[in-house]
Amino acid sequence: MVGALGFLGAEGGAAAEAAAEIVRSAPNWFAQNAWLIPLLPFVSGALILFFGTRTPGKGAGFGILAVGASFLLSLGVLWSFVEGGGPYEKSVEWFTVGPLHLEAGVLVDGLTAAMFIVVTAVSLCVHVYSLGYMHGDSRFTWFYFVLSVFTGAMLIVVISDNVIQLMVGWEIMGVCSYLLIGHWFEEHQNSSAAVKAFITTRIGDVPMMFGFFALIALTGFTSTSFHAAEEAIGSSEASALFVSMAAILLFGGTIGKSAQFPLHVWLPDAMVGPTPVSALIHAATMVAAGVYLVGRLYTVFLAAEPWVLQTVGIIGAITMVGAAILAIAQDDIKRVLAYSTLSQLAYMVALLGVGEAGRNAAFFHLFTHAFFKALLFLGAGAVIHAVHSNNMSDMGGLRKPMPVTFWTMLIGSLALAGVFPLAGFWSKDELLVAAQHDQMWLFVLMLATAALTAYYTTRMVLRTFFGEYTGHGHPHEAPRSMTIPLVSLAAATLVVGFLGAPQAGAVFFDWVYLEHPEVIEFVPWIAGIGTLAAFAGIAIGWAVYKDRTVVDPMQRRLGRVWTVLLNRYYIDDLYMAAIVLPVRDRLSAFVYWTNQHILDGIVNGAAALARGLSRVVAWIDRTIIDGAVNGLGQITGESGGLLKYLQSGNVQWYAVALFAGVLVLSAFFIRLP
Amino acid sequence: MIRLPLVLLFSALLFSAGVYGVLARRNAVMVLMAIELMLNAVNVNLVGFSAEIQDVAPQVFALFVIAVAAAEVGIGLAIVILLFRNRASINVDEVNLLKW
Repeated sequence: MVGALGFLGAEGGAAAEAAAEIVRSAPNWFAQNAWLIPLLPFVSGALILFFGTRTPGKGAGFGILAVGASFLLSLGVLWSFVEGGGPYEKSVEWFTVGPLHLEAGVLVDGLTAAMFIVVTAVSLCVHVYSLGYMHGDSRFTWFYFVLSVFTGAMLIVVISDNVIQLMVGWEIMGVCSYLLIGHWFEEHQNSSAAVKAFITTRIGDVPMMFGFFALIALTGFTSTSFHAAEEAIGSSEASALFVSMAAILLFGGTIGKSAQFPLHVWLPDAMVGPTPVSALIHAATMVAAGVYLVGRLYTVFLAAEPWVLQTVGIIGAITMVGAAILAIAQDDIKRVLAYSTLSQLAYMVALLGVGEAGRNAAFFHLFTHAFFKALLFLGAGAVIHAVHSNNMSDMGGLRKPMPVTFWTMLIGSLALAGVFPLAGFWSKDELLVAAQHDQMWLFVLMLATAALTAYYTTRMVLRTFFGEYTGHGHPHEAPRSMTIPLVSLAAATLVVGFLGAPQAGAVFFDWVYLEHPEVIEFVPWIAGIGTLAAFAGIAIGWAVYKDRTVVDPMQRRLGRVWTVLLNRYYIDDLYMAAIVLPVRDRLSAFVYWTNQHILDGIVNGAAALARGLSRVVAWIDRTIIDGAVNGLGQITGESGGLLKYLQSGNVQWYAVALFAGVLVLSAFFIRLP
Repeated sequence: MIRLPLVLLFSALLFSAGVYGVLARRNAVMVLMAIELMLNAVNVNLVGFSAEIQDVAPQVFALFVIAVAAAEVGIGLAIVILLFRNRASINVDEVNLLKW
C-alpha cells in the first residue's frame, strides 16, 4: 500500500510541499535515473573481479570509466536542482513481513545531489591517483575492486529512501574500509588496525540499528522509509522520550562512523592503509556519512527532547578541541591529517547540535572539507611516495623537488586553516555565524579550534616543504597520474567556497534545497575574528617552526604535556586496559573454558547417549528384523525346493493327477443331490 | 435291438481300457492307440444315444470325432517318429524334459 502510494504519489506530494515556498519544476532525466549512479561502480566492481587481471589496465580502467560516468551523471542531477527542479522519489516493494513493507527506493533531493558530487568527484580523483600510487602493488586489481564497491556502497547510502537500504550500504562501506585499511595485511600492525576500525565502528552501528528499529516502530511497523518515520513523528502521537531514545541511538552510528569521541580511536590507526584510501574513505566520504545520517534524519533530532541535540553538540565540541590539540604533536603526516579530519568532522557534528541553521552550515562544510581534505591526503600521499616515510622528521625542503605537490598542498592547507578566499574560509565562517547565533560557548571553542587548526597546518607545511631535506634518497615529483588529481582538487578548493558565499547569493543552499535561514549571512566582525584566529595560528606556527630542525622544538618546551599528547591522552591505553584486555584475555579465557568443559561436555554426553541407544537399535535390527526377513526367504526357498519334485516332467503323472481330480469331482457332484 | 444300458456299459469299459492304456503304457505308440480307444468309446456312446432318441445329429458328431481322431493320430505319429530319431527310443518315461 505504502509502496504503491510512493510509486504513484511521491512526486506529486513532494512537489506540492515545495510549492508552499518556491515553485519547483519536475526533476530532469538525470534525477529520475539517478539509480544508475550507484549501479555503475558495482558493475565495474564485477567487471574488475572477473576480467580485471586479464585486461591491459589490470582493471583500473573499468573503475575510472564507471566512476567518471557516475560523476557526469551526478553533474546532471545537480543541474536539475540548479534549474530549480524538485526532489524525485520512487520506491518498489521488495518484500513484505506481516504489516511491514520493505522497499527498495531512491530519494533524490538536493542533499543527495551534493553528496553525489562529493563522492563521485573525490572517488574519481582517487581512482586516477591510485594508478600512480598503487603502481606495481601485488593486489592492484583487488584494490580497484574494493575501491569501486566502496564508491557504490556510499552512493547507495546517499540515494536510499529507507533505513534498511541505508544500513546495507553503510555496512558494505564498513567492510570495504576494513579491507582497505588492511590492504597490506602482511604487517601485523595493519591488520590489527583494520580489526580495530571494524570493531570500533561496530560498537556505534549496533545502537544505530536499534535506532532504525525504533523509527520503524514509530510507523507502527508498516514502513521503513524516512518519510513514513517523519510523518509518524509529525503526527505527535509518538512520545517525546521515545523519539529522543531513537535519536540518541541513531547518533551512535554517527559517533562510530564519523569517529567522534569516545569512539574516535580507530581513525588515526586507520592511516596505515594506502593513502588514496585515507583520502577517499577516511577523510572525504565514509566518515562524512555519519554527519549525513543525522542531517538526513534531522526531523527526528528536532522532535526529540533538547538534551539530545545538546549531547550531539557536546560530543562534537569535545572531539573538535581534543583532536585539534592532538594534531599538533604528531610526527606522522597522515596522523596529523587524521586528527585534523576528526576535528573538522567534529565541527560539523557540533553544529548539527545547534539547529537547522547549524545543520545547513555543517553540510556546506562537509561539502568543502571533502575537497580540501582529500587534496591534503593525496598531497601527503605524493610526499610519502617520494620519501618512503610517513614521518615529517624524514622530510623537509620538498618545496623545490616537488613544486606541484607543494603548491596544491599549500592551497589545501590554507583552505583548512580558513584563509580568505578559499573553500574553508566560507564554510567555517558560516559555521561560526550559526554557532554565534545560538551557542556562544561553542563559538568560542570553535575560534580556539580554528587557531589550533591554522597552527598545526602551518607546522605540517613548514616541516614538510621548508628547511633542509633530512630523509634518505633523492625525492622527485610524483607521476602525472598523481599530479592531475591534485591540481583538479586544488581547483575545486579554490572554487567551491563561493557556492556558499553569502555575497554570491549562497546558491549552494538553494540547490541543496535546505531551508534558507536568515543566519546564512555575512557578518563582518565574525569573518574578521575568524580570520584573526587563523592568522594568529599561522603566525605562532611560523614563529615556532620557521627554522626547521629534525626534532620538534615543542617537544622540549612542552615536556610532559607532549608525552601525554603523543600517547593520545592515554585513551587508547585506557581502552586497552579496561576493555580489550579483559575481553580478549579474561573473558575469552572464561568462554574458552566454558566451551571446552561445559558445552563440549554436554555435546559429548549427548553423543555418547546416542551411541549407546543406537547400539541397542542396531542389535534389534540385525537380530530380530533381519532374522524375520531372512527366515521368511529361507522358508519360501526350502518349501519351493521340496515342492519342485511334483513337477516331474512325466506327462503321464500329470494325467494321473488330472484323472484323480476328475474322479474326486465326479464323486462330489454325484453324491451331492 | 440292443438296449442302451448295455451300450453304455460297453462304452464305459472301452473308455476305462483307454484310460488305463494312456496312464500305464510306456510305449508312445501304445499311448496313442489307447487315446483312440477313448475316442471310440465316445463314438459308441454317441451312436447309442442316436438310436435311442431317433436322431442323426449324434452320428454326425461321431463322424467329426473320427475325422479329428485321424488327424490327431497323424500328428501324434509324426511326433513319435521325431522322438525316435532324437532319442532312439519311444519310451514316454524318458521324455521328461519339462521339469524343475
